[in-house]
Amino acid sequence: MSKAVSVLNGARFSGLAEVADAGLVGMITLRGDLESSAVAAAVQSTTGCAIPAVRKTVEASGNSVSWMSPDELLIVTAYDQVADLCAKLQEALTQEHALVVNVSDARSCFTLSGNGAREVLGKVAPVDFAADQFQPGDFRRSRLAQVAGAFWLDQGGAFHIVCFRSVGEYVFNLLKTAADPDAGVGVYS
Amino acid sequence: MLILTCPYCGATAEETELQAGGEAHLKRFGPGSSDEEFHDYLFVRENPKGVHFERWRHTNGCGKWFHAARCTTSLEVFGTYPAQTTEPPQDIQDKISKKRPGWSWREFSCASAKDAS
Repeated sequence: MSKAVSVLNGARFSGLAEVADAGLVGMITLRGDLESSAVAAAVQSTTGCAIPAVRKTVEASGNSVSWMSPDELLIVTAYDQVADLCAKLQEALTQEHALVVNVSDARSCFTLSGNGAREVLGKVAPVDFAADQFQPGDFRRSRLAQVAGAFWLDQGGAFHIVCFRSVGEYVFNLLKTAADPDAGVGVYS
Repeated sequence: MLILTCPYCGATAEETELQAGGEAHLKRFGPGSSDEEFHDYLFVRENPKGVHFERWRHTNGCGKWFHAARCTTSLEVFGTYPAQTTEPPQDIQDKISKKRPGWSWREFSCASAKDAS
């Protein structure tokens, strides 16, 4: 089997904030009725996370579960665990009208950390990143300049950004430009 | 700039995150309908100066279709509501009646005007 690599193979940039290709990340799309107790039980038993509230991310046991839409979750796990977790979820949801798909290789993941992270992301997405508006555990699907993307803020204050792999390089260059050391605006600081 | 609140994810989304989907509450006339009904269903649209009901999709977001009631002259948004309905919710109609007495749009109109007729 060919060797899997992430879109920019661990590229990094340091400016107003640290931008980094998060490397290989396991991602699973789960579509189904999020109100259903069977779905909640399956997610809880396989990932250790509860079903997140609207536009929230729940992190537990090294996994995270994010609210994508009223019938969709994004489950993030370690890349080498993803096939196993997918199988377990499918097994647990056999009686449910639900869909579980491994999308790890279809998406890219970036992390954005440091003092200027809110400002850098605020330049490319139409979202209010004031500290009292976007807090750790908050999740949002929006656009990153011209492409669709999703991001959440973890408890450590770093943003995790997910986009389609086909536009991974675009998103990295975009964040790099926004994080240029000479491009500081001073908002949110 | 137009800012709408998505009724599904609760996000206050601005125009660039959304996609306009044309007029809301169209009634479909398919096989078995008269040519005139089918023609009207396909081509005849409201173009009001004032209260309007539209479909929008939260494209760069949760991806869901929803409805919005707004004023085309002032860009005031009266409210947004889920798409699983054939008519605007009563609370939104009441809100419009308070702000735009005497409004009407297709078969919907101001409650007090209906009483008077």
